[in-house]
Amino acid sequence: MANLKTLKTRIKSVRSTQKITSAMKMVAASRLRRAQDAAVAARPYAQRMERMVASVLSNPAVAQNGPRLLAGTGSDKVQLLIPVTSDRGLAGGFNATIARETRRRIAELEAQGKTVKLFCVGRKGAQSLRRDHGSKIIGVVEDIGRTGVKFTDAQDIANKVVGMFEAGEFDVATLLFNRFVSAISQIVTPLQIIPVQAPKIEAAPAGGGHAGHGNAAGAVYEYEPSEEEILDALLPGNLRVQVFRALLESSASEHGARMTAMDNATRNAGDMIGKLTMTYNRTRQAQITKELIEIISGAEAL
Amino acid sequence: MADTGSQKIQFDLVTPTALSVSEPVDMVVVPGAEGDIGALPGHTPLITTLRPGLVDIHNGGHVTQSFFVIGGFAEVTPERVTVLAESVEAVANISAQDAQARLTTAREALAGASVEGLAAAQAQVTAAEALVQAVTLRRAA
Repeated sequence: MANLKTLKTRIKSVRSTQKITSAMKMVAASRLRRAQDAAVAARPYAQRMERMVASVLSNPAVAQNGPRLLAGTGSDKVQLLIPVTSDRGLAGGFNATIARETRRRIAELEAQGKTVKLFCVGRKGAQSLRRDHGSKIIGVVEDIGRTGVKFTDAQDIANKVVGMFEAGEFDVATLLFNRFVSAISQIVTPLQIIPVQAPKIEAAPAGGGHAGHGNAAGAVYEYEPSEEEILDALLPGNLRVQVFRALLESSASEHGARMTAMDNATRNAGDMIGKLTMTYNRTRQAQITKELIEIISGAEAL
Repeated sequence: MADTGSQKIQFDLVTPTALSVSEPVDMVVVPGAEGDIGALPGHTPLITTLRPGLVDIHNGGHVTQSFFVIGGFAEVTPERVTVLAESVEAVANISAQDAQARLTTAREALAGASVEGLAAAQAQVTAAEALVQAVTLRRAA
């Protein structure tokens, strides 16, 4: 019957979908590897940068009269959320969890009487949030990490955010990104980038010693030019590094999430092919039996 | 210089994407914001910002490697020099024409720069000038 033909087409289409999902899984796996390597390679810079900031801030006089990036505006009325998502979908709950967390935070902050603005990194997040929070979006950055996350991407984002901060558009900026735990687990993590949260000052000199430095804990550095000027240059640098790290984590998470999602899809397609083949065979057998009965009962009637 | 003996200083050149160089060397000269700083083993602990210029690695009395950086930071301790730079290029990989071309582009950008962009454009020119100077010096040597 016609049913057999539809079943056959159905099986064929599921099989080709399976091929696509399994190819996407493989691509995601290799991208994940690269993203993880990039995240590891970025670690020394971030660590040393943090140590320098901590060292400069260990002088309380400097820390107290720090620049605005450190001290903040003295208010937390206007909050900027920076959800980091991907440009492309088919990555399981990767983008949806970020969007959900962003919505939750918006509701929470607005309940506290604060103004919320959004700066979306990644097309998917912007698309999803535009529907109900379109008026809050003050910027969108897309096309990040198509060929691996570059430091210039982080620079662009950080410069835009700092520019907006200096223009007085917000008081506090928080990044929301997926922290990479494993291919099957990514955790939405908030990271406040403005005002800069000082690295743990006590831990820093000890960390330096542990890294193989012979100098006594809390070595006294000379600063050239002054501590204030170094801090002025360090803080935006540190901000760029933090944005870069978040982008790297997010990129690793994206590929991990996509790999898992595509693995599941491939498996589901396999199950479906199994079921469809079973139905196909049953139907075929039923048809044969029916034809046989017809022939036999025809012969008997004679 | 050559016989500072076995005394070496650990030199790390770090960029956001990689640990570019990590090796013991005789001396490192970094372009500090207030003048070049030559760091030998036992240097006083120091943190400085960098201006655009060259980071030179000295071994056995010669410059064995040199890198062009556009700003960044250096941390000097008695045993270690760490240079953090967002953009690092080995001078050996930059041709004289390339350097000259960059200077021309930077000068053009400066000529057309708006009031807000002036400082940034000026910094670009200074960086390009330092680069041209470095490359020609390298040729002459």
